[in-house]
Amino acid sequence: MKKDVKLLVNGKRIDGRTPEQLRPIEMKVDTISRADGSAEVRFGNTVALASVYGPRTLHPKFLQEQESGIIRVRYNMVPFSVDERKSPGPDRRSMELSKVMRLALEPAIFLEDFPKATVDVFVDILQADGSTRVTGINAASLALVCAGVPMRDLVAACSVGKIEGTLIVDLNGIEDNNSESDMAVAMMPGREEITLLQMDGELDKQEVMKLLSFARENCRKIYELQKQTIKEKYKSE
Amino acid sequence: MIVLPGEFIEERKGRKLGKGVYEENGKVFAKVLGLPRVTDTEVSVIPLSGAYLPNVGDRVIGVVSTVEIAGWFVDINSPYLAFLPLGEAVEEFVDTSRVDLSRYFDTGDVIFCRISKVTKSKDVQVSMRDMVSRKLYGGVLIKVTPYKVPRIIGKGGSMIQMIKQKTKCEIYVGQNGVIWIRGENKGKAIEAILTIERESHTSGLTERIERMLST
Repeated sequence: MKKDVKLLVNGKRIDGRTPEQLRPIEMKVDTISRADGSAEVRFGNTVALASVYGPRTLHPKFLQEQESGIIRVRYNMVPFSVDERKSPGPDRRSMELSKVMRLALEPAIFLEDFPKATVDVFVDILQADGSTRVTGINAASLALVCAGVPMRDLVAACSVGKIEGTLIVDLNGIEDNNSESDMAVAMMPGREEITLLQMDGELDKQEVMKLLSFARENCRKIYELQKQTIKEKYKSE
Repeated sequence: MIVLPGEFIEERKGRKLGKGVYEENGKVFAKVLGLPRVTDTEVSVIPLSGAYLPNVGDRVIGVVSTVEIAGWFVDINSPYLAFLPLGEAVEEFVDTSRVDLSRYFDTGDVIFCRISKVTKSKDVQVSMRDMVSRKLYGGVLIKVTPYKVPRIIGKGGSMIQMIKQKTKCEIYVGQNGVIWIRGENKGKAIEAILTIERESHTSGLTERIERMLST
């Protein structure tokens, strides 16, 4: 899907943002009544819907851990989420992302509080326009909080990258496909701990450090938004 | 005031750590979404949501899920099944080689019991060896968020007593969030309880429920 378009004109990006600007973010919690916790997060045109069930009994039994619980994450892109229909069901990409997201959320959860049980997280991408994994992580972390799962901190995530030699924040679909490099970062901002760090493409050391500081700064902004969203919802309680 | 996981509550200063908090370098943080409670002796968070995790001494309502050789497995609306040993349920001597235990409790029976043991790996045992525990015949079961049970019971049982009086229903409330109701007016009672669950955070609730039941 490489396109010959100018990604940066006069310091403005293809959707009119400056390089260090996030897309408009919208967050909603408790959108699915049958789930124990759920959340919907939008980053521009990217929409992720996360639902959490549990802690609940884990079957099959051989997956049970005696000393701690486990968390299972399923990342799924719905067929109408992209321009050309995505054939439904798990594939290599979504299986990898499921694992990556699980590893990003795991350090935040007190798994030892519910031995032999599981927390199931389902993340569905309703609309994909770049940075789906970080949007999914943000939604999943909100949903986990609403489900009352014991956690160390919220997990906030954002993507950073490099297009046409410029370092940018929060890549959209076109930028993602044509970027020189992109990096997904998830962290627990309250504890300054990074739980996910993935990079694609080439960067030198200075650039990596610069991007990391961008990511940290923006994760903080997203973190504040997440907190605000939940507090708003449960304000009167 | 509510706190989110990871939010700083208070310096520990030798206080006891209650439910829903964790400590790091003398500082106490919230573990779950809830209302913080800080006293001179303890710091804790009362959760707003979450699955029921069994504690010893809780009175719960369970549904028998399987009949075993020397006891029963009971679903207590939690991630863990509880085991009810024969000796904790039946007073008389039972010869397990001759008697089928389903004559005491069968699959689907509803029992009111007490949690007697919880091991570290969350093997839960329940007991019926006291005056309050019993098998519940007929009636309907409803489920509410376990953390809203105190509100349904009210201060010194005021709320639940009022509902019982007004609707003339028999009601048992388990601390696991399962409620058993039997009586003519059970529809009204269920409505009242679900209203309490929905509006548990508002004040003047008892009066409103009273008015609702009087009409």
